[in-house]
Amino acid sequence: MSASTPIGDYALIGDGRSAALVSRSGSIDWLCWPRFDSPSLLGRALDPDAGHWQLAVRDVREVERAYLDDSNVLETRVRTIGGAAVVTDLMPVTDEKDKGRRLWPEHHLLRLARCSEGEVVVDMELVARPGYGLEQPRIRDAGRLGVRIEIAGGLLLLRSDAPLAIDPTGAIRAEVRLTAGQSVAFSLTLAIEGPAIAPDLTAAGELIDKSASWWRGWCRTELADGLWRDAVVRSALALKLMLFAPSGAIIAAPTTSLPEIPGGPLNWDYRFCWLRDASLTARALFGLGHWDEAEAFVSWLIHTTRLSRPRLGVLYDVYGRRPARERELDHFRGHDGSRPVRVGNAAQAQLQLDVYGEVVDAAAQLVRRRDHIDRDTRSFLTAIGEEVMRSWCLPDAGIWEPRGQLEPRTHSHLLCWTALDRLHGLAADGYLPRRLAAGYATVRERIRTRIVERCWNRQLGSYVSTVDGSQVDASLLLMSWYGFETPGSSRMRQTHARVEAELGARGGLLYRNRDPFTAGEGAFGACGFWRAEYLALGGGSVEEALAAFESLLQYGNDVGLFAEEIDPDTGEARGNFPQAFTHVGLINTALTLRRRIAELAARGWKRHTVEWPPAQVEAFS
Amino acid sequence: MNVLGWLLWGFVATLTMTALMTAAQAARWTRLSLPFLLGTMVTPDRDRAVLLGFAVHLVNGWLLALIYAAAFHSWNLATWWAGAAIGAVHGLFVLTIGMSLLPALHPRMANEQQGPTVRRQIEPPGFLALHYGFQTPVSLFAAHLVFGALFGAFYTL
Repeated sequence: MSASTPIGDYALIGDGRSAALVSRSGSIDWLCWPRFDSPSLLGRALDPDAGHWQLAVRDVREVERAYLDDSNVLETRVRTIGGAAVVTDLMPVTDEKDKGRRLWPEHHLLRLARCSEGEVVVDMELVARPGYGLEQPRIRDAGRLGVRIEIAGGLLLLRSDAPLAIDPTGAIRAEVRLTAGQSVAFSLTLAIEGPAIAPDLTAAGELIDKSASWWRGWCRTELADGLWRDAVVRSALALKLMLFAPSGAIIAAPTTSLPEIPGGPLNWDYRFCWLRDASLTARALFGLGHWDEAEAFVSWLIHTTRLSRPRLGVLYDVYGRRPARERELDHFRGHDGSRPVRVGNAAQAQLQLDVYGEVVDAAAQLVRRRDHIDRDTRSFLTAIGEEVMRSWCLPDAGIWEPRGQLEPRTHSHLLCWTALDRLHGLAADGYLPRRLAAGYATVRERIRTRIVERCWNRQLGSYVSTVDGSQVDASLLLMSWYGFETPGSSRMRQTHARVEAELGARGGLLYRNRDPFTAGEGAFGACGFWRAEYLALGGGSVEEALAAFESLLQYGNDVGLFAEEIDPDTGEARGNFPQAFTHVGLINTALTLRRRIAELAARGWKRHTVEWPPAQVEAFS
Repeated sequence: MNVLGWLLWGFVATLTMTALMTAAQAARWTRLSLPFLLGTMVTPDRDRAVLLGFAVHLVNGWLLALIYAAAFHSWNLATWWAGAAIGAVHGLFVLTIGMSLLPALHPRMANEQQGPTVRRQIEPPGFLALHYGFQTPVSLFAAHLVFGALFGAFYTL
């Protein structure tokens, strides 16, 4: 079996409803239409025969790629023996008003190859394998209209200004010779709700300009500017690609089963929305000035949890429904043989008490920003408060979602404390009935006592992952972020040292924990950023924070995307890709660092370089 | 036509139907709130929307009851089962055509093609309003059956 494309070789394009992975060699190897969590139409990232759309320039010697400035329009520049070409990949986007003025396909993927120098030959091959590779589409040449690919519930239309040939195996191919200045466009559309709309290929250039301009306009917030602007803007753009515009939900990643351990079984479906990510994500969006997205996301949270209220589920689909039961796709060989390939996620059945704190914190951010609370949000928050006061001490699966073992966990306690702390604040300020404040405060103090007394291990000199436990995990670094401990407190510094000693990896990376079930997995991208942010908050010097943060930035791929995990030895991306939570970590850390630097700069601080790891941290390892 | 019967029993049937849908919401069967959806056509304020939406729903109920009454008169028959039969057709219409038209009619509702522009807005109901919970079609259909049956049972020709 041929080796799979490395995860970090992919770039992402999308339109706020679906997304596609494009490899450096010009192959779209992952596409789920019409939604992120629909069955794959192109799935070569997980199986060589599960469909792909290749647009390759022949005899390539060099490849460079980048997104067009501040956009999600991907440009791959290739140099061949006889010339050079630029391949542009995108899902065209525009604003809703413009969509109302012209016929706009329901779903559209556009690829344009342009010869910029000499002469090049471009080979196109589309192998559509809908339904996770199980469905055999009916393919028919429709002449000037293109090639019709009939799939269950819809019609794919492939159009090009080059002649298209259908092979008996169902592959659609084209071979085009271009000289300098010439270009060829390919467009793939999906129609579900009505007759197909065949895009005008002569307008491909205009669509690219319009899309790039839309993305640039979206990025233009004053708050994005500042240090590490490129990385922050790229993270915001990546996050935006994972936001499902019709509902406001944000998925964890647009892929399933990209392996955490190459060849291993830790392969999960992340095309759903985890409530856990709420607070940090809301803060990142608010922090960058993307109010509409932040408000839509928090509104989605409040709306979506209505059916299970006051209990909160762990994850939901983009419309707030429980995802289908987890199952394995036995016919998929997996990325680099990593099996099983799973769709659906069994974590949805777990009890994870930390989600309450995340959701309440996100909702509280929204209420305070708007300085207003409506009746629905009020009843939602009071119901959550009652549930937290009732169940905070239950054993649960917690943030790392181990399958099987329930324990009372420090991070879950911390987030229940956070929930009651934020609710107490809202009640004290009159957003919730003031009479509730005393009850929130009482239980909040009970939780604090439990954490301070039983989640602190005297022998280790550190907070630990579970009540009366002896292991640490990276989520302990968030205690300062939620305001439970001041970053500079002796306990937090000791905990940081212990986490660093036990979970630290090269280059500022951090493993999430030492669970035997996940042994062999990579360092967790988000955890590295949590540590850098802890230092930035005051847990270390600003130089240490800068060194940790900038060391992590190098683990993005050539277009600035981060996976869920990173192999500390090779720097390769692992797990689902790109991962929203890692990009959220990057944005939040950058914002915190900017604030800290601004405060220090006002007092005359000047930057000097510190290599990671700094001496005092190394001393603990 | 029996104007008093139309006004009175149209009011009662609409009220009962709204109560049933509210109960379905309270029982966590559905997130669908017709007063909320109707009210947010007029105002983004959630609290005012429910109130306004209820008023609009009541007027809608009366108007639709006129069609029921017209059918009863044309058949020269007004019974609970005749009302329920019209209610079934009415419910099916709302679930299939009504819900699919809603994103186009509602100024604050996203549609399935929305994106990447996002606004704080109402998610679309989807086919049979399933986006609002998988028991939504049953709840909505049953509520319309009850509306028709009640109106048919008490309206006199």
